Amino acid sequence: MKPFTLATPTDADEAVRLVADDPDAAFLGGGTNLVDHLKLGVATPGALVDITRATSAEITDLPDGGPRVGAAVRNGDFTADRRARERYPLIVQSVLAGASGQLRNMATIGGNPLQRTRCVYFQDVTTPCNKREPGSGCGAHGGYTRYHAILGASEHCIATHPSDLAVALAAVDATVRVLGADGERTIPFTDLHRLPGDAPERDTTLAHGELITAIDLPALPMARRSLYRKVRDRASYAFALVSVAAAIELDGDRISDVRIALGGVAHKPWRAHRAEAVLRGARPLEETFETAAAAELADARPLDGVDGGNGFKTTLAARTIVAALRDLTEGARS
Amino acid sequence: MSDLLRPVAIGRDLVRRDGMDKVTGRARYAYEADVPNASYCRLVQTTVARGRVEAMHTDAARQVDGVRAVITPFTAESLHTDGGELAVLQDQEIAFRGQVIGLVVADTAEAALRAAELVEVTCSTAPHDVALSADRDDLYKPEKVNPSYETDTSDGDVDVAMAAAEVTVEQTYTTAMYHNNPLEPHATTAFWDGEHLTVWDSTQGVHPTRAVLADLFDLDKEHVRVICPYVGGGFGSKGEPHVHVVLAAMAARAVPGRHVKLALTRQQMFSLAGHRTPTIQRMRLAADRIGHLSGIAIDVVEHTAKMKEYAEQTGVPTRMMYAAPNRATTHRLAALDVPAPSWMRAPGECPGMFGPEVAMDELAEALGIDPIELRIRNEPDVDPETGHPFSSRNLVTCLREGAARFGWADRDPRPRAREEDGWYVGTGVASSVYPVNRMAESTATIRFERGAYVVEIGAADLGTGTWTTLAQIAADALGVDVEDVSVRIGDTRYPVASVAGGSSGMTTWGSAVVNAARAFRDKHGSAPADGAEADGSTEDNPATEQYAMYAFGAQFVEAHVHRDTGEIRVPRLLGVFAAGRIINPRTARSQFIGGMTMGLSMALHENSVLDPRHGHVVNHDLAEYHITTCADVTDIEATWLDEHDPHVNPMGTKGIGEIGIVGTAAAVVNAVHHAIGIRVRDLPVTLDKLLPGL
Ligand SMILES: Cc1cc2nc3c(=O)[nH]c(=O)nc-3n(C[C@H](O)[C@H](O)[C@H](O)COP(=O)(O)OP(=O)(O)OC[C@H]3O[C@@H](n4cnc5c(N)ncnc54)[C@H](O)[C@@H]3O)c2cc1C
Ligand code: SF4
Repeated sequence: MKPFTLATPTDADEAVRLVADDPDAAFLGGGTNLVDHLKLGVATPGALVDITRATSAEITDLPDGGPRVGAAVRNGDFTADRRARERYPLIVQSVLAGASGQLRNMATIGGNPLQRTRCVYFQDVTTPCNKREPGSGCGAHGGYTRYHAILGASEHCIATHPSDLAVALAAVDATVRVLGADGERTIPFTDLHRLPGDAPERDTTLAHGELITAIDLPALPMARRSLYRKVRDRASYAFALVSVAAAIELDGDRISDVRIALGGVAHKPWRAHRAEAVLRGARPLEETFETAAAAELADARPLDGVDGGNGFKTTLAARTIVAALRDLTEGARS
Repeated sequence: MSDLLRPVAIGRDLVRRDGMDKVTGRARYAYEADVPNASYCRLVQTTVARGRVEAMHTDAARQVDGVRAVITPFTAESLHTDGGELAVLQDQEIAFRGQVIGLVVADTAEAALRAAELVEVTCSTAPHDVALSADRDDLYKPEKVNPSYETDTSDGDVDVAMAAAEVTVEQTYTTAMYHNNPLEPHATTAFWDGEHLTVWDSTQGVHPTRAVLADLFDLDKEHVRVICPYVGGGFGSKGEPHVHVVLAAMAARAVPGRHVKLALTRQQMFSLAGHRTPTIQRMRLAADRIGHLSGIAIDVVEHTAKMKEYAEQTGVPTRMMYAAPNRATTHRLAALDVPAPSWMRAPGECPGMFGPEVAMDELAEALGIDPIELRIRNEPDVDPETGHPFSSRNLVTCLREGAARFGWADRDPRPRAREEDGWYVGTGVASSVYPVNRMAESTATIRFERGAYVVEIGAADLGTGTWTTLAQIAADALGVDVEDVSVRIGDTRYPVASVAGGSSGMTTWGSAVVNAARAFRDKHGSAPADGAEADGSTEDNPATEQYAMYAFGAQFVEAHVHRDTGEIRVPRLLGVFAAGRIINPRTARSQFIGGMTMGLSMALHENSVLDPRHGHVVNHDLAEYHITTCADVTDIEATWLDEHDPHVNPMGTKGIGEIGIVGTAAAVVNAVHHAIGIRVRDLPVTLDKLLPGL
């Protein structure tokens, strides 16, 4: 573990300046991911800038009726918020499906979507990894790929993004508020994360020194009818093999609007635009759900690997999409 | 040995004497030993699986603030050893990935870690080989299997039985590689005072650890003290000292006057603290139509380390479990470039009751006989292996009692017969067995001090309850109130005690305590003077020549398989055991359900993924190496028969630390099969193995 300094600014501009001016500095949220990486040697910053006092720990209401969630809001506090629980079941469920109570009490809303992949080779500095050390090769190719991608991967990196929250935020079209040295900007949540391409070392479109100050949720009344379905190897405290965040709006016997995002399948939360297109305007029938899932997964490229690979994920993702849609529309179908 | 103690304190569900100290954090574990002048040790490991260390550059490491010593294979002191796992830093050869090739001692743990990262290593590499398979051409037959069983056995002719049988089952089953993963990591604090070495070590046996250290450092045993009042779990991985103990002692010698603390990281526990070998079990069962076995055979293939042989006795339970006239067992090993496998809860029986108990279920299915009934039909009158009678064998009662409690009678044997809320529901059963083991050497001292009795013995409490249960035994042996007995364990200052392993603790240490109590009364009568004292030791039990001694059990599982996703949940687990007399129902229950939970974990979750390209276990932390969580265990119940066995020892106990993990995984597989009709023969049972059949 490299020695580092720790700053605890109380002001966001100051936090940004401290990191933007120092290529060797990093923001520290709850530390539940970054501190592990310090100990493992995966991250070696010389300076840490704690953002939990520099950004808001409040959930406030925006003029358009959606809430603004400050970056320093703890994951646990978010799930306890009554508005969030009533209006965004899929988001609250996604957070509750992740990590453990203790971790959620530390983890922040800004830090959660920025947690890094759980790829075992990324986390082990004795193995090659293009994400950790560009150009060193991808240790996962031909290795343990159970938790790796089936969509949007590249020869350089086949990792998945592990955040559950990020999947739900992608589904509802949240907006990320970002402060940089040149001022503020907003990023549609679905544009926050990237596919690996030939630069897997970059998880997101944020530049060095850009701070997430808050996440804005759209009013989105349809989110009341939503769910987060996470399929994992044990009942709790495990990352998703596949997850589905879905919200649906019915108008008579038709689907008037639908939002679907997938987790555990790609380098970023995977917004299922193709499936949504199949469903919009259609009747909520099992066959249609299957067609929608098949359309979304048409380009899936499963991986071989040491422990059987991840070929099962395509079927699993399809079946989980169908099950989630069935659950959401049960009672509405005749 | 028919006079069992009259149970007065024995049988009471007393709370653990050490419980309050543990839950309030007052109990100090090895790393927390309250010592002055602490320094911290961090290890340097190889990143190749085979080869040679050519050079190590330690200048940068030495320059880190607070670093006091750096030791490499080029500079380490010579140990008195001729090789093997503990010959650490003795030469430049690399036998497995993660092997320790250096250490750093510094004033803070962080400085030690930093310095360890800065040690530069140059290695030459050689091709490594870590892939186990049954068709390797270099499998060999070990001399013996752990600890000293015959490698192969054969009675009658299984081939002939198979050829003549009306019904046969011939299948191959596999269990994964597992790591013990106690909550408390392997940790040692070490201190030298001249030629006297003191270590606080997290160990299952202070005396065995002392013996090893005395040999390695060529010291008089009396000059080595090992202290270990509490252990945060070991499951066998702290049964024998691993390299960290030796390294802590080497490190401490390099910084005279200082206490050196060394704790393995979780990742290091995957290469430096033993593991359970994966096993490949080819099973053959031959039976007639009414389900009488005419033949049973198991051929086991498993791995060992090139550096040190360890042969898991996987085939052993098949030798005695069921009445089949033709029986055969074999063990073959592949010697690989892996760390040394070692003991993990119920070595032998745990993996070795997987294949056979699933195969029995497959036979029951093929015959159309209830799996409980099939087992009852194959109940032997005497031990099939030795021909001796059993000192007590209540497997059938366990099966029947369990069936009644579990509601087995209403079971529709057809797969997919039950579906509830989108989940297929199935139930399964398997038998458990574990031998009654007694170790050779243990002595207890009982002294009368200020109106109360003090029992001293170098025994260990792994969290199992020894602090409490030895007091219960002593109280009944002395005929006094349990409150008037205090116990001192976990220190080589007390009389020699055997390792806490093989579920032998109560039998071995308890027998010593009973003998000490009897000697005490013989010598001092019922009104002893202050300071009166007597010793007692464990003796051989002549009854072991006349009787086969085992504990038995039956495990019942309800498994749910999700119709859409194939997710598997086990909402109900029941174990019924016949394990002699139970000293303390509270601590016993915790042993049984702990074992069963670990068995469930083996069934559904645990799986050390050994990447053959790199040569190490890549999912080496508790986020990726899944162990069953509380949410996975919703309703778990363990119960036991009131079993009287006058032959085993004066307490009538059989040992309960391990039997709980035996058979669980088979019962889970059988229940999953009943739920959806898919037979998973390779552990763990994960949803990807079920999806294709959904
Ligand atoms: C054992 C275990 C199991 C887990 N299981 C799950 C799970 O099932 N599902 C799941 O989703 N997660 C899981 N997690 C991960 C957990 O949710 C994340 O670690 C946590 O959400 C990260 O938040 P944090 O505030 O602690 O981030 P930190 O660790 O503090 O930071 C993470 C990253 O974000 C950056 N950062 C932090 N805040 C900001 C900001 N405001 N602006 C810009 N950059 C910032 C940091 O520099 C760092 O790179 C698990 C973690 C562990 C240890
Ligand atoms: S998949 Fe990505 S994160 Fe994993 S080893 Fe390859 S490059 Fe690194």
